[in-house]
Amino acid sequence: MGHHSNWPEWIYVGVIIALMVWVGAEAWNVERLVEHVPSDAEVIIVTGQQWFWTFEHEDGTKEVGTLHVETGKAYKFEIVSTDVNHSFNIHDYVVLMDAVPGRVNTVWFAPDKAGEHDIQCREYCGLIHYNMRGKLVVEDPTT
Amino acid sequence: MVLELQKPRPVWQIMFSTHHTDVGLLYLIMSIAFLFMGGALALLIRAELFLPGSQLIADAMTFNRIFTVHGTTLIFLFLLPSASAVGNYFVPIMVRYKDMAYPKLNAIAFWMIPPGGALIWLGFADFTWYATPPYSIISAPGPAADMWIFGLKILGISSVLGAINFVVTILKCKHPDMSIGQVPLLAWAFLSSSLIVLVAIPTFAAALLMLLTDRLGVTGFFNPAMGGDPIAYAHLFWFTFHPEVYVLVIPAIGMMYEIIPRFSRKPIYSKSSGIFAFVLLSIVSFSSWAHHMYATGMSFTEKTVFMLGTLAAVPASGMHVFNFVATMWNGRIKFLTPMMWAIGGIALFFSAGAGGVANAAMPLDFTTHDTYWVVGHFHLFVMGTIAFGTIGFIYYMFPYVTGRMYNETMGKVHFILSFVGTILVFFTQHVLGLYGMPRRIFDYPAIPEWIAMNQIATVGAMIIGVSMIIFLINLIHSSAKGKPADIHDPFGLGGKYYYPFESKNPHH
Repeated sequence: MGHHSNWPEWIYVGVIIALMVWVGAEAWNVERLVEHVPSDAEVIIVTGQQWFWTFEHEDGTKEVGTLHVETGKAYKFEIVSTDVNHSFNIHDYVVLMDAVPGRVNTVWFAPDKAGEHDIQCREYCGLIHYNMRGKLVVEDPTT
Repeated sequence: MVLELQKPRPVWQIMFSTHHTDVGLLYLIMSIAFLFMGGALALLIRAELFLPGSQLIADAMTFNRIFTVHGTTLIFLFLLPSASAVGNYFVPIMVRYKDMAYPKLNAIAFWMIPPGGALIWLGFADFTWYATPPYSIISAPGPAADMWIFGLKILGISSVLGAINFVVTILKCKHPDMSIGQVPLLAWAFLSSSLIVLVAIPTFAAALLMLLTDRLGVTGFFNPAMGGDPIAYAHLFWFTFHPEVYVLVIPAIGMMYEIIPRFSRKPIYSKSSGIFAFVLLSIVSFSSWAHHMYATGMSFTEKTVFMLGTLAAVPASGMHVFNFVATMWNGRIKFLTPMMWAIGGIALFFSAGAGGVANAAMPLDFTTHDTYWVVGHFHLFVMGTIAFGTIGFIYYMFPYVTGRMYNETMGKVHFILSFVGTILVFFTQHVLGLYGMPRRIFDYPAIPEWIAMNQIATVGAMIIGVSMIIFLINLIHSSAKGKPADIHDPFGLGGKYYYPFESKNPHH
C-alpha cells in the first residue's frame, strides 16, 4: 500500500493498452481481408474421415489423398467430416479449418506458384491421426 | 507452523488429521508424487519424438494414452493440489484464524483426489485432456474413457469444496481487526482463484455428465449422428478451462508476491495494484474462452469479440510483471533458490504472455493453432510460470515445514538446469509449430527442420528430468538430514520483514 505516486505504472499500463488496441485493430483488418472469398472461387468439397481426405471438384471429379489445383485460380474449400473432428491444413498456404461432423466450414486460397505441398490433419482424431496426410499439387496451366 | 519432521508423529495421525497444515502436507506430498509420474510420461513422449518412426513406444494408441494421462495428471493432480497445499498452509495463518473454516470438508476435499487420480491412471484413456467429442463418444475405448470421466467428476467436486473453504476462510474467518485490504496478496490470490472455480467448474461438471450419457447412448448432446453438436462441448469445456488457466496461474503469482519482496528486502511496490490486477484477471478470465475455437468455423464477429476479450487480460497480467520488477528495483536482492525460481518464472510468464498475444490475433492463430506452437505456449505457462512459482515456493516453505534447510547448491543447480531445459523445450516448440508440426502426433515425416527441433526439445526435456531428480534427492535428504533452520529467519534476510508464519496454529 504505497504512499508514493504510482504514475510509472499507469504510463506502462497505458502503453500496453495502446499496443493491444493496435494488435487488435491490425488483426481485425487482416482477418476481414483474408476471409473475403472471391466470387469466382471454384468450390472443392473436402471430406475428412478416419484417416484420409477426399476431394470433390466442381465438375464432379473425385480425388483421394492428393488434390490437384491450378495457379491463377481461387478455390473455396467446403469442409465436412463423416465421423469425428478433423482439421484440414495446408500449412504452406496457412489454410486451416476444422472438419466438424454436421457442419460445413469454408476457407479459401489462391495458389500462386506451381509445386507440391503437404496436407495434414491438425485436430486429434484417433489412432492414425499422425498419418492422416495428403499432398497438394499445384499445376501451372500455361505450361 | 507445525514442524512435522522435527517432532515425528505416526503417519496415520497426519493422514486422518483435519488440521490445515497436515492437510497441506498431504496435498504437497501427493502433488509432488504426481509431478514425477506425469513428468515421467513427458519424458517418454519426448524420447519417442526424438526421431521419426517408432522409438520406445510400440503403437499410436499407447502414445495417445500417454499424452492424455500426462496432461490430465499434471493439471489436475499436480498443479491444482500443489496450489491447495500452499493455500492450506498459509491462508489460515495469513488471515489469523486457527484453521480452515471447515476442517473436515477440507480433509474430504483432499481425500477425493487419490480415488480420482487412481481412476485416471488405471483407466489410461486416449481422448486427450480435452476429451474431444464426437471421438470420445463414438470411438474412444472404454472403460478407460468412462473412468476418466468419473475421475474428473470427483476431482471437480474436490476443487469446488476446496474453493468454498478458501472463500469462507478468507471472507468470514479473517481476524476482526483485519480489513480485506490488509489481507496479504497470497491470500487474495486464493480468494480470486477460488471465486473463479465456483463460477467456472459447474459448466464442465454438466458437460461431463452429458458426455457420459452420450457415451451410454441415451443422449446425443455432442453426437452429430443423434442431432447433437460437438462445438457445444467445446464452449462448455472452454468456459470452464480457460478461466481454469487463471485458477492455476493466480496462486503462482501470489506465491511470487510472497517471495519477491522478501528476497528484495523491500515492501511490495504497490499492493493495491496487485489486488486490482487479481480482481481484474478473475473477471476477464471469463471473456476469452472461445479463442480456443477460432478454427471451428466461428463467424467473424464471434472471433473479433473473443480476440478483444483475450487481449483484455494482457494489461492486468502486465501489472503483475510491473509490480515484480518495480519491487526488485533498487532492492538488496538475495539470490537464493526461491528468488531464482520466482524471477525465472516471471521472465517465462512474460514470454508466454507475448506468445499469447500472437495467438489471440485472429489471422496468426490460423498459423499456430493445434501446432507445437500451442504446446510450447501453454507449457511456458504451466511449466515456466506456474510450476516455477510453485517449486520456488516449495523451497521457500521447506524450512517451515521440516524445520531444516534444503541444500542451497542443489537448489540452484536444479533451477539453472530446469530454466535452460524449459527454454530448450518450449521455445523450440514454438518454432517447430511455425514449421507446421501438428500436436498430438505419434510419428512425423522426416522433414529435416522437424527432426532437428524435436531433438533439441528432447535434449531439453532430459535436462529437466535430471534437474528434477536432483530436486527429489534434495527434498528427501534435506528433510531428514538437512541443517536445522533458524525458524525466525531461515534465509538470513535480516528478519525485519513480515513473515506470515510467525503466528503458529497449534493442533486443536
